[in-house]
Amino acid sequence: MFKSLITSILAFSFLAPAFAAEEVNVYSARKEKLIKPLLEEFTKESGIKVNLLTGKADALLKKLELEGENTPADVLITTDAGRLYRAKTAGVLQAIESETLIEQIPENLRDPENEWFGLTYRARPIFYVKGKVKPEELSSYEALTDEKWKGRICIRSSNNIYNQSLLASMIAASGEEQAGEWAKSFVKNFARPPKGGDRDQIKAAASGQCDIAIANSYYYAAMLNGKDEAQKAAANKLAIFWPNQAEGDRGAHVNVSGGAVTKHAKHKENAIKLLEYMTTKASQTWYAEKNGEYPVTAETKPSELIQGWGGFKADSLNLSALGENNAEALKLMDKAGWK
Amino acid sequence: MLISMAFLVSLPILAVFGYLFVPATEVWGHLAETVLSDYLSNSFWLMLGVGFGVLLIGVPVAWLNSMCDYPGRRFFEWALLLPLAMPAYIIAYTYTGMLDFSGPVQTLLRELTGWGYGDYFFPEIRSLPGAIVMLSLVLFPYVYLLARAAFLEQSICVLEVSRTLGANAWQSFIKVALPLARPAIITGLSLALMETLADFGTVQYFGVSTFTTGIFRTWFGLGNSAAAAQLAAMLMSFVFILIMIERWSRRKARYHHTSSKYSAIPKYQLKGKWAVLAVISCAVPLILGFIIPVAQLLYWAITVGEQSFDQDFMVLIGHSLLLASLAAFFALGLALLLGYGKRVDSHPSVSIAARIAAMGYAVPGTVIAIGVLIPFAWLDTQLNSWLKNFTGESWGLMFSGTLFTLLFAYNVRFLSVSLQTVESGLGKIKPTLDNAGRSLGLNAFGVLRQLHLPLMKGTLLTALLLVFVDVLKELPATLILRPFNFNTLAVKAYELAADERLADAGLPSLMIVLVGIIPVILLSKTIGRSRVGQQGSLDKESA
Repeated sequence: MFKSLITSILAFSFLAPAFAAEEVNVYSARKEKLIKPLLEEFTKESGIKVNLLTGKADALLKKLELEGENTPADVLITTDAGRLYRAKTAGVLQAIESETLIEQIPENLRDPENEWFGLTYRARPIFYVKGKVKPEELSSYEALTDEKWKGRICIRSSNNIYNQSLLASMIAASGEEQAGEWAKSFVKNFARPPKGGDRDQIKAAASGQCDIAIANSYYYAAMLNGKDEAQKAAANKLAIFWPNQAEGDRGAHVNVSGGAVTKHAKHKENAIKLLEYMTTKASQTWYAEKNGEYPVTAETKPSELIQGWGGFKADSLNLSALGENNAEALKLMDKAGWK
Repeated sequence: MLISMAFLVSLPILAVFGYLFVPATEVWGHLAETVLSDYLSNSFWLMLGVGFGVLLIGVPVAWLNSMCDYPGRRFFEWALLLPLAMPAYIIAYTYTGMLDFSGPVQTLLRELTGWGYGDYFFPEIRSLPGAIVMLSLVLFPYVYLLARAAFLEQSICVLEVSRTLGANAWQSFIKVALPLARPAIITGLSLALMETLADFGTVQYFGVSTFTTGIFRTWFGLGNSAAAAQLAAMLMSFVFILIMIERWSRRKARYHHTSSKYSAIPKYQLKGKWAVLAVISCAVPLILGFIIPVAQLLYWAITVGEQSFDQDFMVLIGHSLLLASLAAFFALGLALLLGYGKRVDSHPSVSIAARIAAMGYAVPGTVIAIGVLIPFAWLDTQLNSWLKNFTGESWGLMFSGTLFTLLFAYNVRFLSVSLQTVESGLGKIKPTLDNAGRSLGLNAFGVLRQLHLPLMKGTLLTALLLVFVDVLKELPATLILRPFNFNTLAVKAYELAADERLADAGLPSLMIVLVGIIPVILLSKTIGRSRVGQQGSLDKESA
C-alpha cells in the first residue's frame, strides 16, 4: 500500500510539463468551457498540442511573475484589458510582430507596443425595465447620478473588475475629481447594497427591486439564449440602452478579452500562431455565437440576436487606460462607499 | 529533524509575514480612512455569529446522539455529518437561488399577495446574517464530530459519580461532561472559525466585505501586494492570539482519563414529546444544511443544467479522489510526527513551529498558494542554474506546476485539521502509559506504534477523513497550483458558477457532495466503534 503510494507520488511529481517540439502552453483566465473547444480546433488544424491551465487572472499573473524565466507558459489569456495592462507593467509579456493581428484588430483594442491584443469585445450598457423607464429618460452613465434615479439602480460590487474598468474609463474621460464626484452621487442612487453577479442585477430589475441594471452585454445574451425559462422571462422584461451616444460624446464603455505572448515563452512561434488563429473568422464567429461577444475583426458580424440590439458607438479610448487608472478607480470607489 | 519539518511547512506562512517589513504606509492610510473598519467589524461579527451558530447546533446534537436513544438515532448519528461534504459557497448559491428577491419563494409570495418591492419584510439572504447562517450550517459538523467523539470516550464512571453525588442529568452534563469535553469542542470550534476566516466564496457572493475580500481587493485591485500580505498577517496574528488565549485559560488542566474502567454508556431512552423534540433538533440542521441544498442542486442539474454526465466527469472524479487521498495520508503522517514529537520532545521551538504551521487553516487558499509558490519558484530557479552549468540547457520547472507542490500546499492549508485532531487524541492518553511502555523497553517510536496508534484508531481515521473531505472541496490552491490539463470536480463547479451558470454548476457540485458522503459515513461508523468498551478490536485493551 505505502510503497505503491510513494511510487505514484514520485511518478506524478515528475510529470513536469514536457517540452515537446509542437506544443504551446496556455494560462487562461477564460474558463475551460469557453476556450477548450477552440483550442481543440486549433490543434486539429495546425498539429500543435495545447496544454491548458485555467484560473483567476490575478493568480495566473502572480504565478507568471514568480516563475520568471522558467515559466512553462507561452500564452496568457484574460477576459479584461486591465489585467493585460498589469501583466505588461509586471514585465511578463513581450512585444510580437504579427501583421495578421495588427491589421485585423482595431488600434484602441490592442497595446500600443504590441504586447497584448484584444480578441473579442463586450459592452457594459444600461438595461432598463420596459414600461417603467422610457428610453428618452436615459442618456449617459454620467446622467445616472440624477436625483430621479434615487433607489432605482442595481449594479454589482466594486470588487468586480468590470466596474473598476468602467470607472477607470471615466477617469480617463473627465479626470479623477469628476469621476470621484460621479461615484459618490451614483452610489446614493443604488436600490440595494451591491451583491451577486451581473445576471443577478438583471433579475433583480425584472422582479421589481430596481428599474435600471448595469451589466455586460453577453450575460444578457446568455439569459435570452439559455434553457432557464425564468431567466429568459426576466431578461425579456428589460431592454438595452446604449449610453453616451450623443454627438461628440465618447460612446458606451467596452472591454476586451485578450491574449499575449509571455516574455519567456519557449514556443513563441506557436504562441503567435494561436493568437492569430483566435482572430480567424471561425474563432470570432464561435465566440459571437457561443457567448454573445462582439468580434474584433471587421469581417465577422455579431450573432443575429445581438445584431437585433442595433449598432452603437463604442468608447474609442485605448484600453491600456483601464489598467493605468485601475488602482485610482478602486480608491475612488472605496471613498464613495461603493461596497 | 522535527524542527525542520515544521519549519518547512510554515515556510509559506513565514513568506507572507516577510512582507511585514515592506512599507506600504500610503495604502494603509487609504484603507484606514475608508474600508478597514468595515473589514474588521464584518469579520468580527461573522466569527462571533458562526461561533455561536456551530456551538448551538453542534453540542446539543452531539450530546443527544451519544447519551440518548430515540427513534432514528442510528440514522442521525451519521447523517448529521453530511453537511460537511457541502462546500460553503455552493450552499450559498443554492439558498440565494431559492430565497432571493427574484427567486421562486419570494416571487410566489408576491403573486399570492400582490405585494411589490418594499411592501413586505423578508430576510435578505445575501447579507452578513445570511453568511453566518450559511457557514454555520455547513461547519457545525466539526463541533458535532469532535464533541461526540469526546462524549463517547468519556468514562461513564465520572458521570455516574456525579449522579451519585446528587446531580441530575442536566447538572452532570453542564458540570462534568461539558468541561471534560472542552478541548474537543474548542478544537471543533476553532476549525469552524478558521474556515470562516478563510472563506472567500460565500462572503464575496453575498457582498459582505471581510478581511479576506479585503486582502484580494488590496492585492489585485490596488496592486499592492505588501499591504495585502500585511492584512493577511494581521488576520493570522488575530488567530494566533485567540489560540493563545484559549491555551492560557486551560493552563495546567489536563483532560486525560484517570480511570481505566469503561463500560458501555447506557443510553437514556427518550419517549413521547422528548423523543419528538430530539428528532426535530437533529432533523432541522440536516434538512437545512444538506437535504434542501442537495434537492436544489438536483433540480438544477435535471431541469435547466446543460451539463451532462460524460466520460470527462469520470476523469474529474478520479482526479479529485487521487488528490484528496494522497493529501489526507500526507497530512496525517505529518500531524503524527509533529504531534507525537511535541509529546516526546518538549523543546519550545517544535511547539512554536507546529503552531505557526497550523495557522494555515485560517488563511485564504490563494494566499497559501502564492506563499507556496514563492519558495518553490526560488528553488526551481536555483536548481535550474545549477543544472545549466552541467548540461548547458534549461530544464524548466521541477517543482512548481507539479502535483507535488499542490500536495504540499494542501498540507500547509490543512495541517491544522489533522494536527489538532491528533493532538486531542494524544491528549487523552495518560502520559504514564508512555512511561510504562518505555520502561518495558520500547523506544519512542515503539510506544507510538504499539500503544498510541491502536488506542487512537478512531482519532486517526477522523483526521484522515476530515482532510479528505476538505481537499475535495478546496478550490483556490487547486486552481493555481494544479498542473496543465488537470481538472477536479471543485474546479469544474467553480468555473461554471463563476461564469454565472449556476444551474450548470449543479451537477459537479452534486458530485463533490456524493464523493464526500462515502468517507463521511465511514467516519461515523468508525467513531461509533472507537468507543472503548464497545464491540471491536479495542476490547482487549480495556478488559
